[in-house]
Amino acid sequence: MKTGVFICHCGLNIGGVVDIPKVLESLSDYDSLGYVTDYRYMCSDPGQQLIKDAIRDKGLTGVVVAACSPAMHESTFRRVAEVAGLNPFRCEMANIREQCSWPHRGEPEKATEKASAIIRASLEKVRRNLELSSLSIPVTRQALVIGGGIAGMQAALDIADAGYKVTLVERLPYIGGHMAQLSETFPTLDCSQCILTPKSSEVGSHPNIDLFTNSEIHAISGYVGNFNVTIRRRTSYVNWDVCNGCGLCMEKCPVKRDSDFELGLAKTKAVSIAFPQAVPNRPVIDSEVCRHFTHGKCGVCEKVCPVGAIDFEQEDTFVDVKTGAIIVATGYDLHPKTKVGEYGYGVVKDVIDGLEFERLNSASGPTQGEIRRPSDGKIPKEIVFIQCVGSRDEENGYPYCSKICCMYTAKHARLYKHKVPDGQPYVFYMDIRAGGKGYEEFVQRTIEEEGVLYLRGRVSRVFEENGKTVVFGVDTLSNKKVEIYGDMVVLATAIIPSHGQTNLARLLKISTDEWGFLSEAHPKLRPVESLTRGIYIAGCAQAPKDIPDSVTQAGSAAAKVLALFSSDTLSHTPEVAFVDEELCRGCGLCIEACAYDARTLDVRRGLAVVNEVLCEGCGACQVACPSGATFQRNMDTAQVMSMIDAVI
Amino acid sequence: MKLSREVIATEDKRKLQDISGEEVLSCYQCGKCSAGCAMTEAMDLLPHQVIRLLQLGQVEEALHSRTIWVCASCLACSARCPRGMNLPNVMESLRAQVLRPGDRSLNPADIPYELLEIIPEQALVAAFRKYT
Repeated sequence: MKTGVFICHCGLNIGGVVDIPKVLESLSDYDSLGYVTDYRYMCSDPGQQLIKDAIRDKGLTGVVVAACSPAMHESTFRRVAEVAGLNPFRCEMANIREQCSWPHRGEPEKATEKASAIIRASLEKVRRNLELSSLSIPVTRQALVIGGGIAGMQAALDIADAGYKVTLVERLPYIGGHMAQLSETFPTLDCSQCILTPKSSEVGSHPNIDLFTNSEIHAISGYVGNFNVTIRRRTSYVNWDVCNGCGLCMEKCPVKRDSDFELGLAKTKAVSIAFPQAVPNRPVIDSEVCRHFTHGKCGVCEKVCPVGAIDFEQEDTFVDVKTGAIIVATGYDLHPKTKVGEYGYGVVKDVIDGLEFERLNSASGPTQGEIRRPSDGKIPKEIVFIQCVGSRDEENGYPYCSKICCMYTAKHARLYKHKVPDGQPYVFYMDIRAGGKGYEEFVQRTIEEEGVLYLRGRVSRVFEENGKTVVFGVDTLSNKKVEIYGDMVVLATAIIPSHGQTNLARLLKISTDEWGFLSEAHPKLRPVESLTRGIYIAGCAQAPKDIPDSVTQAGSAAAKVLALFSSDTLSHTPEVAFVDEELCRGCGLCIEACAYDARTLDVRRGLAVVNEVLCEGCGACQVACPSGATFQRNMDTAQVMSMIDAVI
Repeated sequence: MKLSREVIATEDKRKLQDISGEEVLSCYQCGKCSAGCAMTEAMDLLPHQVIRLLQLGQVEEALHSRTIWVCASCLACSARCPRGMNLPNVMESLRAQVLRPGDRSLNPADIPYELLEIIPEQALVAAFRKYT
């Protein structure tokens, strides 16, 4: 056994604190040391060459690189070892930067002592390291995208265009998500439908995309490259394979109900297609209001359907899909309206939220694009927009900024002004956050050219008086309280994760933040990956974001999936747990301890089993095992004990 | 303060805009003008606060402020304004609005001789501009 020690100065990061010559000297009594040296930047090309040469020339059988955290450069140095002909798992890093020179900057003598101890511990570890080889996992080169809004559609299209099969699952009967409900989009005022529908139909007809609308994820198992997913397709009571979308059933259905797509601002029928451009253009029967289900009679739709597609006996179906990667793009909901009592939501009829205002603006909406207030259909001459409703309100809502409201409110005010030129829009705001290409310019034009009056402050009360919607607030720029006897109020309510997202996250075993948004693996450098390998995130499921950002993130997630699909196998670290079958008595404590679902019980043999691919090598099972049957490769108990001995 | 279409778009405000040639709505209240104004100690409202009142249609209140008379039209504010607004023009238009009825004027003969000795010429010129 001949081990080499390579001490990195990391410029002055380590060298400025730790007395490296002294460390070198302290190691001189260590037996089986084949070579010891130091260098200013070990990760640089000459530094790497130094290690390669030493391995070859001195015939080293193990390497300790005393430098930064293994999270930083373990893979770099293991690659170096491998190139020089050494098993990469015989190369270890001794972290004398993050765990030594940085925290002990003020006490160089102690830091020097500690650096020496850390290196000794690593030498002990390397001494007992086995020569391992990476595990190989097969990859199913098919993807699953959950959520059919703009992010999910974009991700699905990008993967499908690259030649791989994609299964797109959407909870609603149609794809397009909230974007399908928008009228125009900021800052260019493109019509939302005009830019969305070509994409929706492309998704609907793409040979590589399997579209499951009116469906949800029922069960999921497996791991990166090898997920098994069960999709539950909810019954629509219409045989979509037969239906030709003629709409006769909708026309003749005698039961009216509030349209979800129109957010209750218009009626639809018990059997309905959400909107004319919906993809797929197929109707769904709402069994809660349909007379066939509530009264046991009617069946008009069945009689008029020219192709016999109505099927009252239809039941939910379950479809199993194998997939290698999953993109979660489940989108957002708006903060429940009823929770903002002082703004009269739900009590004052002419107080609506941003999405409802989108429908009022939409040419295909309940008012054909005319701004008419819900209570009496009059055109409001004074309209008040209130921003940060629930957002940036730690006590009564959420501490975060919902990001898109500043822009869509400016858009709303401007669209209103275009439609009601003699009307006066007011906007109550706290700050105008218009970071984005062309965004600030858009807001300033709205203020200057359209005469929208921005009032800096929150609103205290909204109530109804003599047919007026009265708003009491403040303008902190003039230090004056403000009273507006307006006609209508639009609330920019906070963006929250789409309902059911927490359950889905639990099903997928990916984490969320305290508000339910999906957590990314690293906020800056791995923004589209979840902490679970093979599961990626995109769009508002991760945090509030606008259409350009959602599309960008979707493309990025798709690129990650394509990188995963670039080979038909994946490699996984062999430094995982294993079970000594002689010692294991099948108590199952390791199964409870495992956070990654990598442990199962082989009931027949009465033994714990490790799924090596799922194991992250955290060591929790090793601690939990009362029989000492579980070890982690290259971090077994004997190694840990000898490392401790070396330190004390 | 009750706000309405009528309050925001008053005749006074329209006149102001006609005289000054400035669109007060373009101001985003950053305060650059007030930050650099040399006369603020003698003012009751800071320059940006005057503009805010105009944005809100509170012209009457602006007309009653001391600030519009204290402004020396030194142009430091307009030279620095990120929105390119000419504040001295706005101040001037406010003064004009007060003076137009013609009930205030400065007679050169009324200026005490001692004061004429020490007062800078620029201040005299400004005073005549304001009061005639």
